[in-house]
Amino acid sequence: MIQFDINNLKPILPLIVLTVWAVALLLVDLFIPKERKGLTALLAAAGLALTIGFALAQTGQTGLGFNGMVVLDGFSTFLNVLLLVTGLMGISLAYGYLKRMGIERGEYYSLILFSIVGMMLMAQAADLIVVFIALELLSIPLYVLAAFANTNAASEEAGIKYFLLGAFSGGFVVYGIALVFGATQTTAIIEIAAAAQAGTANIPLMLAGSALIMVGFGFKVAAVPFHMWTPDVYQGAPTPVTAFMAAGAKIAGFAALMRVFSTAFPSLAADLTPVLAILAALTMIVGNVVAVAQTNVKRMLAYSSIAHAGYILMAFVAFGNPEVAPTAIAAGIFYLVTYAVTNFGSWGIVIALEEAEGKGLELDDYAGLGRKNPLMAAAMTVFMFSLAGIPPTLGLWGKIYLFSAVVAVDFYWLAIIGVLTSLISAFYYLRLVVIMYMKDGEPKTTSEWWLNLSWISMAAITVILSFIPAFLFGWASEAVMKLF
Amino acid sequence: MVPVTYYVALSAVLFIIGAMGVLVRRNALIIFMSVELMLNAANLAFVAFASVNNILDGQIFVFFIIAVAAAEVAVGLALIVAIFRTKKSIDVDQINMLKG
Repeated sequence: MIQFDINNLKPILPLIVLTVWAVALLLVDLFIPKERKGLTALLAAAGLALTIGFALAQTGQTGLGFNGMVVLDGFSTFLNVLLLVTGLMGISLAYGYLKRMGIERGEYYSLILFSIVGMMLMAQAADLIVVFIALELLSIPLYVLAAFANTNAASEEAGIKYFLLGAFSGGFVVYGIALVFGATQTTAIIEIAAAAQAGTANIPLMLAGSALIMVGFGFKVAAVPFHMWTPDVYQGAPTPVTAFMAAGAKIAGFAALMRVFSTAFPSLAADLTPVLAILAALTMIVGNVVAVAQTNVKRMLAYSSIAHAGYILMAFVAFGNPEVAPTAIAAGIFYLVTYAVTNFGSWGIVIALEEAEGKGLELDDYAGLGRKNPLMAAAMTVFMFSLAGIPPTLGLWGKIYLFSAVVAVDFYWLAIIGVLTSLISAFYYLRLVVIMYMKDGEPKTTSEWWLNLSWISMAAITVILSFIPAFLFGWASEAVMKLF
Repeated sequence: MVPVTYYVALSAVLFIIGAMGVLVRRNALIIFMSVELMLNAANLAFVAFASVNNILDGQIFVFFIIAVAAAEVAVGLALIVAIFRTKKSIDVDQINMLKG
């Protein structure tokens, strides 16, 4: 009889708090009258804030739980806090929007919390079984959220497309895990690496398994050629949901990829690195080139998010080189932070301009914003500059760190493609800025307290971090140090 | 005893049939059934590897997959019903409002 050790719960304490809170919120919401759903939002935000406290209290601690199923380290603490802040943004962007669009329902907030629990579990998973469960736990609420504007055909379509392709990619991940299990006779990430090193693993089978896992996660993080669902889902889903999944699902997907690949599969690096490099190159090229042709802002930002997945994938080409890998992974999570901040800011402004029935989403609807609402236009300019990587913004620093990691392992061609595609991306980001300032128009903007707070604070963070990138990069490297 | 390669080969065939089904069929329900076939292919592989190596991990994983698949069915069928009410069709070729 195995005794249960209460210490097992310590590494996942924030997850437990958030899960209990989310379940309780689902019940409490039943007693909150329809016209006062703001209270549910406030309670959900309070739960997230409380969980951030618990997560921050774990700073510097490391440990394993449940026989090495979950792990707590600097990497997971860093990402947990980032994901919880992502959740706060998902709530503050949504509150006014849901009311305005007439889809205000309390479940939204619980679903966001459940999805974040999945994302956090993903960052803490040390066993492929847990990776799979976390993947589904984060995805299933997102399927519902994508279709949240139910009876709106576009939202339903986004939901079903996301669901069918998400389930499809889940199948690839599971089968990949099955093959890795067959090859190494274990699903624990550390033991997989040990089996590969001891030579007891069946390498071809393990390679096939890791490739299938890569395909599955490629769907989740929207890497080309597995990106077909992204523009449709991002366009059809309610805009706050799009913002939330663009940042949250990407952070969680890359977190799992970073941990699994850098811990379990370094021995396969020689075979996997070229594939990852080609994936990164394709993703950057397709995302940026197709974004140029878009006239719908949601769709343009969707392609831009595909392109950014490509940049983050660059962090993986160094994963087999033990000297460069920690810096590369730190550059990857630095880029995830910069992407999350600018992503939420720009989606926040899209929400401020969006009107009922999908109006106010074309590029020309932004004409005249510079005169009508100078502060909003200035903030959007900051986000667009940062996404394009124009000096001296935060996005530029993210790209410099990533490019130097790639150059350190002699993938010069990939760095050159990165620079060239950044130039292409500057065209469509700056086009929006030009439209805002140079064209005349009468854009209708919404002013809501929480929404304004969101995009103003994101703009402030982008500007401040632009001047002290080394500070954030120091944190990221420290977080990664504990991973290796 | 049947060698483990037979089971793994069968599971690979099931997986490929499932993946092809997703790509080729146009009915949302049948696509969904094909996804389930992929998950069950993984289950078969897990059980085969677990029994040949005498490791329970694989068998336990199967329970997790079954439970997760059930949760997915709940959400997926609800989505399919919702879209059928709006569109009166679950043909994925007719679910094509968003494109470009």
